[in-house]
Amino acid sequence: MKEVEVLGSGCTKCVKTAELIQSVADECGVEVNVIKQTSPEIMLKYGVMSTPAVAIDKQLVHSGSIPDKKKIELWLK
Amino acid sequence: MLSIFTDLADWLAYVVFGLQPETKLGGAVHFFIEDTTKIFFLLVLMIYVIALIRASLNIEKVRDYLANNNKFVGYLMGSTFGAITPFCSCSSIPVFLGFTSAGIPVGITMSFLLTSPLINEVAVLLLLSLVGWKITVMYVLIGMAIGILGGVFLDLIRAEHMLQPFALKAYQSAEAAGTEPEEKIKLSFRERHQFAKEELIDILGRVWKWVFIGVGLGAALHGFVPDSWFEENLGSGQWWSVPMAVLAGIPLYSNATGVIPIMESLIVKGLPLGTTLAFCMSTVAASFPEFVLLKQVMTWRLLAIIFALLLVSFSLVGWLVNLVDVL
Repeated sequence: MKEVEVLGSGCTKCVKTAELIQSVADECGVEVNVIKQTSPEIMLKYGVMSTPAVAIDKQLVHSGSIPDKKKIELWLK
Repeated sequence: MLSIFTDLADWLAYVVFGLQPETKLGGAVHFFIEDTTKIFFLLVLMIYVIALIRASLNIEKVRDYLANNNKFVGYLMGSTFGAITPFCSCSSIPVFLGFTSAGIPVGITMSFLLTSPLINEVAVLLLLSLVGWKITVMYVLIGMAIGILGGVFLDLIRAEHMLQPFALKAYQSAEAAGTEPEEKIKLSFRERHQFAKEELIDILGRVWKWVFIGVGLGAALHGFVPDSWFEENLGSGQWWSVPMAVLAGIPLYSNATGVIPIMESLIVKGLPLGTTLAFCMSTVAASFPEFVLLKQVMTWRLLAIIFALLLVSFSLVGWLVNLVDVL
C-alpha cells in the first residue's frame, strides 16, 4: 500500500490531481491511500513552493502542476 | 490591428442585429461585442505566449535571487517579480512560506505578494488596448510603488513577529536549514507547449466569467448611465468619493480581467481618473478570500494592518491622481 500525499491549498488543480492519481492507481490495480494535505506546515516541511505537489511514501516527487498520466504510472510501479 | 474588433462590432450590432448606434441599447451592445471579442483574443494570445516563456522561469529561481540580494534592491526586485510572474492566489501560501523559510524578510515577500495581483501581463495588455498607454504606465508605476512601500513599511514595524509561530520559527531558523538547489530538468518545446496549453485552459476557465460580468457591467454603464452623472455626483470636487470607491471595491472580488472593462467605461463617463484607479485596485487587490487564506501564516493583527495599509494607499493614490489630473 503506497501512501500518496497531494499538497495544495485546496484549489481545483489539487483536487484534480488527487482524483487522477486515484483513477490511475485503480486502473493499474495498485492499492493507494491518497491524502489531500492542505496544511501550510506540511508544505513547509517538504519545501514546496508551487502546488499541486505530490509526495509518495514521504518522498516529494512532483510540484507545480497536474502531473501527467505516464508520470503517475511510473511512480506507482 | 485591434480596429477589426470595432468593425466586427459595427457589423454585428448595426447590420446583423439592426440596432441604431445612437440608441442606448445599440451603444451597450456594440461595447459588449467589441470588448468581449477583443479581450478573449488578447487573453488567448498572451496567456499562451507568457506561459511558454514562463515554463523555464520557476519560483525557486526567484526565491534564490531574492535571498542572495541586498535588502533595498530586494523590495524593488520583489515587486518586479510580482509584476512579471502571474500566479494563482492558491499558491500564495506555499510561496510565502518558501520565501520566508529561505530567510527573505517578510517585507520583501509582501512586496511580491502585493504587487502580483495588481499587475500581470493580462492586466497590462488590457489596459494598453482599452485605456491607452499613459494610464497603463501610471497604473504599473503606482502598483509597484504600493508593493515596494508596503514592504518597507511592514519590515519597519517588524511584521515577522506577527506571523503564526511556526512561520516565524521557519524564518528564524532559515540559515540553519539552507536551501538546497533543486534540479530543474530542461523542458523540450513539446513540453513547453503542453504546459502553455494547460495554463491557457486553466486561466481561461477561471476568468471567462469575469470577462462577461466585467464587460456586461461596463456596457451597461456605457449605454445607460448619462454622461454627466458621474461628473456631477462623483467628480473630483467630492473628496469622499475616493475612499467610497475603495470601500465599494472590497466586496467586489474580481481579478484585473473583469475590472478593466469597467474601468474603461468609468473613465469615458467622466469619473475622475484617480477615483477610477482607486476603485479598480481595491477590487483587484483587497479581496477577502485571499486574506482568509493568508490567515494560515499570519496573525489577525498583521492581516488587519496589511488590509488597512492597502485601503489607505489606494485612497492616497486616488486623491493624488485626481489632484494632478485637475492641475
